[in-house]
Amino acid sequence: MIYLDNSATTKPKKEVLETFMKASELYFGNPASLHRIGNDAENLLESARKQIAQILDMDNIVFTSGGTESNNLAILGTAAAYAHRGRHIISSVTEHASVLKPLEELENRGFEVTRLSVGSSGHIDLEDLRNALRSDTILVTVMHVNNETGAVNPIAEIKKILKGTRSFLHTDAVQSIGKVPLDPVNMPDLLTLSAHKLHGLKGSGILAFNGVEPDAIILGGGQESGYRSGTVPVPLAAAMAKTLRITQPNPEFIEWNKTLREFFSSFDDIMVISPENAASHILSVAMKGVKGEILVSGLQEESVIVSTSSACSSKNKQTSHVIESMNMPPTYKDGVIRISFGAFTDRQDIIEFQQAFKKVHGIIKGV
Amino acid sequence: MKTNQILVRYGELSTKGKNRSSFIGRLRDNIHHTFSDLGKLQIKAERDRMFINSDSEEDMEKVIARLPKVFGIQSFSPVTETELSLEAMQTAAIALVGKMELQGKSFKVSVRRANKDFELQKPEILHGIGSAVLRAYPELSVQMKNPDIELKVEIREKAAYMTAEVIKGAGGLPIGAGGKALLMLSGGLDSPVAGYHMLKRGVRLELIHFFSPPFTNERAKEKVLDLAEKLSEFGSSVNLHIIPFTKLQQEVHKQVPDNITMTSTRRMMMRVADKVLEATDSKAIITGESLGQVASQTLESLYAINAVTNTPVLRPLISSDKLEIIETAMQIGTHDISIRPYEDCCTIFTPANPKTKPKLDKVEYYEGFVAFEEMIQEAVDEREIIKFPRPKKDEFEDIL
Repeated sequence: MIYLDNSATTKPKKEVLETFMKASELYFGNPASLHRIGNDAENLLESARKQIAQILDMDNIVFTSGGTESNNLAILGTAAAYAHRGRHIISSVTEHASVLKPLEELENRGFEVTRLSVGSSGHIDLEDLRNALRSDTILVTVMHVNNETGAVNPIAEIKKILKGTRSFLHTDAVQSIGKVPLDPVNMPDLLTLSAHKLHGLKGSGILAFNGVEPDAIILGGGQESGYRSGTVPVPLAAAMAKTLRITQPNPEFIEWNKTLREFFSSFDDIMVISPENAASHILSVAMKGVKGEILVSGLQEESVIVSTSSACSSKNKQTSHVIESMNMPPTYKDGVIRISFGAFTDRQDIIEFQQAFKKVHGIIKGV
Repeated sequence: MKTNQILVRYGELSTKGKNRSSFIGRLRDNIHHTFSDLGKLQIKAERDRMFINSDSEEDMEKVIARLPKVFGIQSFSPVTETELSLEAMQTAAIALVGKMELQGKSFKVSVRRANKDFELQKPEILHGIGSAVLRAYPELSVQMKNPDIELKVEIREKAAYMTAEVIKGAGGLPIGAGGKALLMLSGGLDSPVAGYHMLKRGVRLELIHFFSPPFTNERAKEKVLDLAEKLSEFGSSVNLHIIPFTKLQQEVHKQVPDNITMTSTRRMMMRVADKVLEATDSKAIITGESLGQVASQTLESLYAINAVTNTPVLRPLISSDKLEIIETAMQIGTHDISIRPYEDCCTIFTPANPKTKPKLDKVEYYEGFVAFEEMIQEAVDEREIIKFPRPKKDEFEDIL
């Protein structure tokens, strides 16, 4: 089986599972308990937090249940905490649903949201951002790497524009962390991460932040310095720390991406959708007049796993909002598939993918 | 252009007559100790200043970041070395000045031309560098007397050396120059701050803590360990003596009337401390007492407590306000540890109405019924001694 759907989720690494097992067995205490077992668990939790803070160079690390919760906390929490300053938020049309839905909720609560468009480049235009900024803008939330196209937003440039304004920058970096570096000098104020896109465990995310204090959205025992109540799953936190520590960018992705772009250019009914300067681990292409699902199931017959545009939207029948936003020819719009690499992808997978695709393409055309 | 040297200006020790050389030696040792985790530093101590050198610019950055904590230093400046050409000096000057806050600041250049063979004369160098900096930073104004920023240039045989930034040091005296004393460390806000003040006067610390399990728990102890770790970050290691205090405390509780247990408990602590003082060759006891803060800190109480010892008891915070203490605690990083909500042995047996004016003869009378001396010796003998900083073994290395 050749798994090329690493942007949907990844297989956990052995080291991460070992950490999870060990932490679950040896440090099962509730970190809030007074006794030694609790104390030991707390020490492990805080060491994990410290390690992550160092890797990300962010002061505050809050453990969450995943990217969706982190995005909710960042957006709903920051909006609630700073509503006295203003009620305007800027975002983009290609954000993940876990950003778009909280923004809709905020509109119901009387906030105003400006959604920047992207065009075929897939990323926002800085000039649009400058024009959209207002004195009552309190938050800009823009993803780093888009999950469907790999398009990269210029986060450092956005941060530079926001310097000197009263607006915080939140970035959903779920798809980029460990793959596309962030400029350490121009980091966002709030950063969303998820473990399972990085060969870590599902149910584990982080909201990292500096110089901003979002209100909690989950209330209870006041764990995580009040930012996120609920008994902290120490083994997941430890596994997250381990995941981040052993994550390394793979320079071969760039080469494979190039190989596949060349490969697809040899078909006259295939269009590469990912912009030229997109992140190398995600490549979206579309076939003319064919539904993406057909390609996905055809490739599965050949033991190759890819997805239609994104896992979250692939069960919805309508065309993805990201694809809609990129102004593609209508005949290609429904034929999108996404190929995404991970740590277990190797050169052989890329070769076999091409063979399988050629075969499936031939079968479809022969019909 | 590289920064691989720091110029250190001594604190008060410049004025200390014959002891100067031992003070300077002490400061040098403390700097070596503070940076023992880095590669080898060369330290050259002169009569009125010191130079720290390292081959690694990375190490140099760490030294610059941590040096403001080392006592006995008035101020220090990173030194930039450039080749002997006006162009190189101009580039370096612009880079050096650019690191500082410039808005509304005044500026001047001064030159020492020790290398008399250098092709340019002093006025040419002054003008060349000064005009380059002013062109780069038009917000600066020139002022010859007491400028905010003085860019110093020294032309030597093989290179030019430049300094601009003057970073404030911790002041005080090098730790160890003032002997050794025993700090009574409770876990509260005051005692670590008292310890800090004595460290600043060059005193090495031994720490003593009274631990009363099960009335005080692991977390309370952890808190004290963390405070000890903090206090070991000022350039000198410290030992923490943890005294098993439960038995003594219970005995006091049994023997003396409720309203003077506090006084009596403190007297027991003092007696234990006196024995640890002897064992560690310390010369004074330090406490975080501040006059009038709580019942045990009235003059009458201090009088009754102090009566058990002839050892000097130093109370650097005696006239400090709580707010001043909190401010210092925040500065030195002990505040957040101290405010963790775990009880120490003092808060556990607090009677409802402790006497603010205990009578010494009464206290002595009640204590007279028990052979406390033996119990005190036992507590001292059974103490646990932990050295700080603790070796940085990463407890969770194999798991994280």
